[in-house]
Amino acid sequence: MEIQQFHYDNKIVQKFLYATLFWGIIGMLVGLLLAFLFLFPNLTDGISWLSFGRLRPLHTNAVIFAFVGNAIFAGVYYSTQRLLKARMFSDFLSNFNFWGWQAIIVAAAITLPLGYTTSKEYAELEWPIDLAIALVWVAFGWNLIGTMLRRRQRHLYVAIWFYVATFVTVAVLHIFNSLELPVSWLKSYPVYAGVQDALVQWWYGHNAVAFFLTTPFLGLMYYFVPKAANRPIYSYRLSIVHFWSLIFIYIWAGPHHLLYSALPDWAQNLGVAFSVMLIAPSWGGMINGLLTLRGAWDKVRTSPVLKFMVVAITGYGMATFEGPMLSLKNVNAIAHFSDWIIAHVHVGALAWNGFLTFGMVYWLVPKMYKTKLHSLGLANFHFWIGTLGIILYALPMYVAGFTQALMWKDFNPDGTLVYGNFLETVHEILPMYWMRAVGGTLYIIGVVAMLYNVVATIRSGSKVQDELAEAPALVRVAKRRVAGETYHNWLERKPIQLTIFATVAILIGGIIQIIPTILVKSNIPTIASVKPYTPLELEGRDLYIREGCVGCHSQMVRPFRSEVERYGEYAKAGEFVYDHPFLWGSKRTGPDLLRVGGKYSDNWHLNHMYDPQSTSSGSIMPAYQWLVRNKLDKSDITAKMKAMAKLGVPYSEEEIANAGKDLDAQAEQIEKNLYSDPDFAKSYEADKKEAQASGEPFVEMRDREIVALIAYLQRLGTDIKAEPKAETVTNK
Amino acid sequence: MLKFIKGHMESIEGIATYPMISLLIFFIFFALLFWWVLTASKEHIQEVSKLPLDDNQPQNPMP
Repeated sequence: MEIQQFHYDNKIVQKFLYATLFWGIIGMLVGLLLAFLFLFPNLTDGISWLSFGRLRPLHTNAVIFAFVGNAIFAGVYYSTQRLLKARMFSDFLSNFNFWGWQAIIVAAAITLPLGYTTSKEYAELEWPIDLAIALVWVAFGWNLIGTMLRRRQRHLYVAIWFYVATFVTVAVLHIFNSLELPVSWLKSYPVYAGVQDALVQWWYGHNAVAFFLTTPFLGLMYYFVPKAANRPIYSYRLSIVHFWSLIFIYIWAGPHHLLYSALPDWAQNLGVAFSVMLIAPSWGGMINGLLTLRGAWDKVRTSPVLKFMVVAITGYGMATFEGPMLSLKNVNAIAHFSDWIIAHVHVGALAWNGFLTFGMVYWLVPKMYKTKLHSLGLANFHFWIGTLGIILYALPMYVAGFTQALMWKDFNPDGTLVYGNFLETVHEILPMYWMRAVGGTLYIIGVVAMLYNVVATIRSGSKVQDELAEAPALVRVAKRRVAGETYHNWLERKPIQLTIFATVAILIGGIIQIIPTILVKSNIPTIASVKPYTPLELEGRDLYIREGCVGCHSQMVRPFRSEVERYGEYAKAGEFVYDHPFLWGSKRTGPDLLRVGGKYSDNWHLNHMYDPQSTSSGSIMPAYQWLVRNKLDKSDITAKMKAMAKLGVPYSEEEIANAGKDLDAQAEQIEKNLYSDPDFAKSYEADKKEAQASGEPFVEMRDREIVALIAYLQRLGTDIKAEPKAETVTNK
Repeated sequence: MLKFIKGHMESIEGIATYPMISLLIFFIFFALLFWWVLTASKEHIQEVSKLPLDDNQPQNPMP
């Protein structure tokens, strides 16, 4: 038999490892800053690109795609080569994958703080970056499948299947959720509206968790846990069942993010059913991981690598037990929009993704630099302070979630809300926000300790070199060898067929859920009085998107007595038919805004945006003073309306032609309304005179951004109030 | 609860076959999966599960 010698590409793994550590620190520090913004809302006062709404997507994107993303690539590039006994298919593709991915992260780190966002969670990046992501992702998949075709190991180990499923599913999700019509270089509208946009978004959002944060990490678990424990996985049979059932079921569960929303009930219930089923494969995987350590628990005592992995897998088990529970409608009614969800996702992110990454790093670095870990004690310190950090983060957030949900729903005997002022429910949980910030700080201290330890280890080690390996070449399978083999044996040798089957498995769920919602009209009952936004409101809506208001304010009143009492009539599917994108939100740090239109005066909104604490004492909303000062950019309004018209919003040619005029007329009216407040009139006129005296340019109030935002906020949820009987079909 | 689902479902043509198709897909899928897993030979399973532990280091590295 011919023995071939070849080199594993270690340098690409090393690059991805460095990127993981670098972006990990950045993403977590942004998270810590956000945690402190809850306590000191005006910490970054007046700096628009450091405001909460703009930084929140930066934190989620940095942690998911930069930290976890680079960790995935590092682990995949290391394990794939060894499991397939081959160097990666193409060094060019490997490097293209690396540099392309870093360029995308940098682009995100620049555009998100500047307010260029689509507002769709974990898919906030604008269309040119979306195209770049697609390109880099294809390069990754090409490289992976190319390596599979050149392998020297006949059988594809289960980790490889998880990588392949990750590649195909993320590609499908990213493409379908990012279908958008560009208006300009950094502005686009999604092709879907309202309920359909929500369904596609959460089909994506949920499966981003499934196929970016879970399946690749399960692949890593199946490789690195046996490596670190030096024994094979507990049950390979279980891993096969785990793989197929997980990818088959996961893809259906997305609608559990939209329970009690205006999404058709059949889709909600389908999502619940599959979410509950999901516990079986998830726990199958967790048990498989933990039982791999059977008979080796003594090693866990001494090895920080195994300690991290045990807590990671335990965190996975906790999060995947909680997930199905949260999908039950009665639990979801309490948990949704509250800090419970923040606790849930951080158990997943900090324990499962974070700790598995750390375990992998502590195992990989000494191995690749051919040395010993600089300090075992420091690694143990990292483990304990990190674990404490997770507990101090998650527990207070659970308490905060329960507290807030119970307060939101508390009634007096006479039928009024006990806590009618939303702020009361915020103040009650401020101590929890403090503890969370402390927990986050501890976690980051641990990561800094790891960074030092890793740097010291690398310094003491030898230069990373491509590792020499040898393996016999793969010969064609002889007929007689396959005589007794079963279908799955065959499949395990066939990468392309495996890829196709995995794709089919994930497509079935997506197709059955999404196509009926898009095609069947009766799923979205129309409401005659719901009209498209005026040009000024459309501009205001884009400002709402730019500032990331959706990060703290929902626009989805659920059909509960407590919510109808607090916010007004519950949301109907037909109200959102012109919403490209939908802005239902997923968290209520502040109150719901669906019915805010007409609730307050224009002056109230102006004062509130300029200094939230002046209108709402003790509010933790940051000030948006630049909105009050900046001139509104109206240059794109015709293009925006044309794009909307193309997407099916019924703007007439005349309306589009007169957009500028209509916009100015509505703005002038709002300026007039503002004058009704003598305080405003006095200070505004004084400003004007001062500017004239000093010869500085002065922007009239009607031309400022705040006017557009007021127009949008005053429109919100008012359409169905106009003609309450015009509703043709009700959904609930 | 079922009446909400029914209302929407009835508006889709040929809906009656959907549940049957779904059930069949699931049943066949998982039946085949378990059939394979339970009938796989022990040697094969052991061989494949040891793949990560095989380091492929050369016995006599070339100079």
